[in-house]
Amino acid sequence: MLLRAWKRVQLKQSHFNRLGSALLLGLVMLLAACGESSGNQANTTSCPSVNRLNGAGSTFDNPLFSKMFTEYASTGCHVHVNYQSIGSGAGINDLLQNVVDFGATDSPMKDADLAKSKNGPIIHIPVTLGTEAITYNLPGISSQKLKLTGPIIADIYLGNTKYWDDSAIKQINSDLSLPHTPISVVHRSDGSGTTGIFTHYLTDVSPEWNSKVGYGTTVAWPVGVGGKGNDGVAAQVQSTTGAIGYVELAYATQNHINYALLENKTGKFLPPSLDGGEAAATNVTTIPDDLRFFITNTSGDKSYPISGFSWVVVYQNQSNAAKGQVLADLLWWMVHNGQQYAAPLTYAPLPDAIVKQDEAKIKLLKCGNSSCYKG
Amino acid sequence: MQQELVPSKDKTSVMRSTWLKGFPGTRPGDLIFRGMTLVSVFIVIAIVVGIAWILVADSMPTIRQAGFSFLTRQDFDPVHDIYGVLPAIYGTLVTSAFALIFAIPIGVGTAIFLVEYCPRPLRMPLAFFADLLAAVPSVVFGLWGFLILARWLQHTGQPWLQQHLGFLPLFQGPPLGVGILAAGMVLTIMVLPLIVAVSREVMLTVPRSQREALLALGATRWEVIRHAVLPLSRVGIFGGIILALGRALGETMAVTMVIGNQATKPSLRLFDTGYTLSSVIANQFGEATPGLFLSALVEAGLIVFLITMITNILARVLISCLGRRYAPGVKV
Repeated sequence: MLLRAWKRVQLKQSHFNRLGSALLLGLVMLLAACGESSGNQANTTSCPSVNRLNGAGSTFDNPLFSKMFTEYASTGCHVHVNYQSIGSGAGINDLLQNVVDFGATDSPMKDADLAKSKNGPIIHIPVTLGTEAITYNLPGISSQKLKLTGPIIADIYLGNTKYWDDSAIKQINSDLSLPHTPISVVHRSDGSGTTGIFTHYLTDVSPEWNSKVGYGTTVAWPVGVGGKGNDGVAAQVQSTTGAIGYVELAYATQNHINYALLENKTGKFLPPSLDGGEAAATNVTTIPDDLRFFITNTSGDKSYPISGFSWVVVYQNQSNAAKGQVLADLLWWMVHNGQQYAAPLTYAPLPDAIVKQDEAKIKLLKCGNSSCYKG
Repeated sequence: MQQELVPSKDKTSVMRSTWLKGFPGTRPGDLIFRGMTLVSVFIVIAIVVGIAWILVADSMPTIRQAGFSFLTRQDFDPVHDIYGVLPAIYGTLVTSAFALIFAIPIGVGTAIFLVEYCPRPLRMPLAFFADLLAAVPSVVFGLWGFLILARWLQHTGQPWLQQHLGFLPLFQGPPLGVGILAAGMVLTIMVLPLIVAVSREVMLTVPRSQREALLALGATRWEVIRHAVLPLSRVGIFGGIILALGRALGETMAVTMVIGNQATKPSLRLFDTGYTLSSVIANQFGEATPGLFLSALVEAGLIVFLITMITNILARVLISCLGRRYAPGVKV
């Protein structure tokens, strides 16, 4: 527990170390560049001259990306990717200011942000997807016993439903004896893609939530306590009788946290799972051309309703052809071979339909007049 | 009973005049050293001005759009681009005030004990303990506050307060553990070593003759402290308190971990969750997208900057008032 909290603190601090780490990174790259000029020139001819890429963004992606990029460095042209998990918003900022080669975000960029690009259009490429668990603390009610629906969760997070023995909750949990305990709402205090997906789900299922709060990585929560990070939320839920919160599935399973069965659009009660996330992504009816879309509350028997993609965002027009080529190769690898590392780390692999879309997007990357991806 | 406490006026004026006169034709080493010190001063000034400039420039979008309402609105809502930080300003001030209310008596009391009552062999180790508290990084206080203090408060402290003092508005509301109370308590512990260390050093400088004079007049130990030690070290103790206030106002990590991070309507209830300006920045910065959102966070930083500046100026004024009263010669 202490270790987890400590990790989280380090994670959080990294937001502030951006400048420092950027400087350090610059220094390291400078040194590396000096070192390379003498040594690596007699390399195979098929590899481009660039073998380093910089990315920044989502903390949710970080465990997967770390694994992927470590593996990628040992394949092919030994391209090293430096990824800084400084948060989705900060990743987008860095991309817009052209200090990284790609950004990673858990919620698609808004039109207003896309409009700020000074280097032409920005492409969204879904690279992985995750699901979220609703966790609760009710003594005597073990994991996957409590059933919840979207409207009930929305009412709880709006502050309308105040006690666990509320008639709406009782009605679908007739087998449980729910106590007259006040519901203690817990949410993320830090801006997070997890919050983005969760609040998007609430806007889907509750018109009141949609009009009063809306969705985003940070929202103005009507009620509750803010915990920092998944473990901040989990710790607060675990220490408060009657608490409810939301955490990433990976976090919930690794730490054996109680979670609820959630009703999906077709009326089935499901536990969060990778399959559920994948089903949600497969069953999405309309995929927009720019691949900026949510997969919360999709139909289908197996679709778990609180699921969402995580995207890599890149400029369509790559100013540095060599770098563009390396970037395109990396992205191609990430959506194909890289996907094998997803499931062991509790990320759902991309459905084939999305991979096809991704391929088309990667081919759109332009290095000068031709496509960056040579296949 | 008159006693010179500060270097007399003559001495400073002599120093000042040599500084001015010394410029032409003294030794080169002197000149170089003087130049270097001058440069250091300018660097410090440039840094402060630079920070202020960036803060103002980057918060212009929200200053223009929200204006004064930024300070009076309750909701900080990036979804609808509505930004107000009243709860955060309130939380910053309340937690700092809470910390000072408890840290001043405890800190000054500790210092008095260390200087006046403590058996000599114990003085060093005890002082060492107090100083050690200052060396603990704030995240560690945060972890302790979050994992131990908040849970203890939730399950033991707050229910007890509610049971015995629940009629006071201070102790109403559900016991959540985290909140204004926990943040205030963590801050109290964090600022304590500053007050102890500064007060102790200042009290040690009170001339022995002062104490002996009072003792010779038949004063008790307490009367010596009350009439000699405290009045003479008042300015210094106050300086320590200002340092402590500065730390309390700006502390980010530890407070963020225990305050609950939910903007609530400013109220007297200590069990409520709260927000401080610096924890708003710490929480939201990573996900803040360019535009009004980022600008709002920078403006929150600007407000912390202004609050700290105002308290510092007030403190200087107060110190100079106190100093004028006591420096020329203390009347006991």
